[in-house]
Amino acid sequence: MSKGQSGLGKSTLVNTLFKSQVSRKASSWNREEKIPKTVEIKAIGHVIEEGGVKMKLTVIDTPGFGDQINNENCWEPIEKYINEQYEKFLKEEVNIARKKRIPDTRVHCCLYFISPTGHSLRPLDLEFMKHLSKVVNIVPVIAKADTMTLEEKSEFKQRVRKELEVNGIEFYPQKEFDEDLEDKTENDKIRQESMPFAVVGSDKEYQVNGKRVLGRKTPWGIIEVENLNHCEFALLRDFVIRTHLQDLKEVTHNIHYETYRAKRLNDNGGLPPGEGLLGTVLPPVPATPCPTAE
Amino acid sequence: MSKQQPAQFINPETPGYVGFANLPNQVHRKSVKKGFEFTLMVVGESGLGKSTLINSLFLTDLYPERVIPGAAEKIERTVQIEASTVEIEERGVKLRLTVVDTPGYGDAINCRDCFKTIISYIDEQFERYLHDESGLNRRHIVDNRVHCCFYFISPFGHGLKPLDVAFMKAIHNKVNIVPVIAKADTLTLKERERLKKRILDEIEEHNIKIYHLPDAESDEDEDFKEQTRLLKASIPFSVVGSNQLIEAKGKKVRGRLYPWGVVEVENPEHNDFLKLRTMLITHMQDLQEVTQDLHYENFRSERLKRGGRKVENEDMNKDQILLEKEAELRRMQEMIARMQAQMQLQLQGGDGDGGAHGQLA
Repeated sequence: MSKGQSGLGKSTLVNTLFKSQVSRKASSWNREEKIPKTVEIKAIGHVIEEGGVKMKLTVIDTPGFGDQINNENCWEPIEKYINEQYEKFLKEEVNIARKKRIPDTRVHCCLYFISPTGHSLRPLDLEFMKHLSKVVNIVPVIAKADTMTLEEKSEFKQRVRKELEVNGIEFYPQKEFDEDLEDKTENDKIRQESMPFAVVGSDKEYQVNGKRVLGRKTPWGIIEVENLNHCEFALLRDFVIRTHLQDLKEVTHNIHYETYRAKRLNDNGGLPPGEGLLGTVLPPVPATPCPTAE
Repeated sequence: MSKQQPAQFINPETPGYVGFANLPNQVHRKSVKKGFEFTLMVVGESGLGKSTLINSLFLTDLYPERVIPGAAEKIERTVQIEASTVEIEERGVKLRLTVVDTPGYGDAINCRDCFKTIISYIDEQFERYLHDESGLNRRHIVDNRVHCCFYFISPFGHGLKPLDVAFMKAIHNKVNIVPVIAKADTLTLKERERLKKRILDEIEEHNIKIYHLPDAESDEDEDFKEQTRLLKASIPFSVVGSNQLIEAKGKKVRGRLYPWGVVEVENPEHNDFLKLRTMLITHMQDLQEVTQDLHYENFRSERLKRGGRKVENEDMNKDQILLEKEAELRRMQEMIARMQAQMQLQLQGGDGDGGAHGQLA
């Protein structure tokens, strides 16, 4: 799922990450398309293949997030959506005649796009991450990082990390879920040095030094997306896809989903949902995270 | 005129030349001695480079001790108004520049009341000027009215945000708005053109009145006309600000150093900074005139129409009126009740004294 105000390059980045047109680009916005009045949730599923390995990728975009004058509670539709996916999975799980492979529509990773102001996080960013780090894995990403020089970038990252820490926001990879020492040292390094990743996305190719690279062409130079000296896109891609993809799914299943399930069963009096009085289905848990469930 | 010829007054050679063509020089000398005043307001979300741009424009440091608050502190903050004045001088001409900053604008999660503070500040300055102008001693009126407002638009969006539109509509009748696209080095040239066009379309769609450069007079030279044409075509200006000197192509320029190249602030191919500065300088006088002749006069006529009584707070006034109306209503109701009671008594009196009284008892 990719979150953030419109225009931060979410769709472009997702396309770049998966090297295919998996996200409908907002540059196809013409005059008639206005900023949506409420936060919409748009999920598009794709099947991509590499080296004989098939993956069903679902990208969930949230246009309209943070764009209004009054953005209070704009995270609620998103929280609701995530919980709905957990609910769907739970229902399938407690079915008497279960499917062999339960279709998994749960959100495994939420890429949160931070605007590169160079100062600090916005209050909206803080509020959102506070609410949602408890239900989904959040990977904060600094969007459009070509706005900042190297010093500005490292200062900004430090400040963002500090703010997240001071406000008790646990982003993925969460400290408490490190399984062994090896994981811990590796994740510590990522947490303290690289995250949040400052990225630049592009789906246009240019010729640089004889090779064709993805980049952005400006009058003062070409910004190469996969050049580590220019931005950290390659780090993000390796992190999310090449090394931690399975872990993201496991944490979602073992931790976030189990938290949700425990809460639901508790509220239901220990009974699985669907087994209320007269066989009526009880309504799903409201979308505010329970303070005791941790 | 040519009759008297005292020693010190020489008759100029050209016949028909009186000499009042020298008036502009006199005005020039007086103005230079008096000095100029200009108030510029900058509005935009945090982190768009407003302070850097102002420092770059006027080559000063208006914010020497700046503390940037973190996000948690910003949650509770309301919009504030900070005015800093600096006197700069160039070739004997003094300029008293006041920059009004609006920290906190656009920060809150709910920005509905963002611009109330700003609008009341602008009105306050008009009010003060009106008061001074109507006063007895009018010799030293200080003009703190806002002559121009740079509105910073974020380059990260797809055009104007709802907040941008709402704010500009609220102040376009009070101050000259100059929209500026901040941090323009985020955009490639094509993206810049697209964004500019989109913003202009949206401004037209919402009927927002931004400041329009006056057309060059027909008697100006071609260069000036061409310059004005270029300036008009570049609105909204997309700018990059910087106060750091970077070495590029052998010389030191103000710019931003990236791993992939250097963005030069004063290079017209990189951004519109020079155009913005030119516009501000050449049209400073016009900005002041429009503020005086259009916005201030609007304010003044509205104010005087509302009558001599000092309307401090329109809400309070409405409350007073409401209370008065309520009191009146109550009085009317009491009167009606009394009249009804009287009518009742009359009716019962007419019916038959015994029966009615018996029942009542």
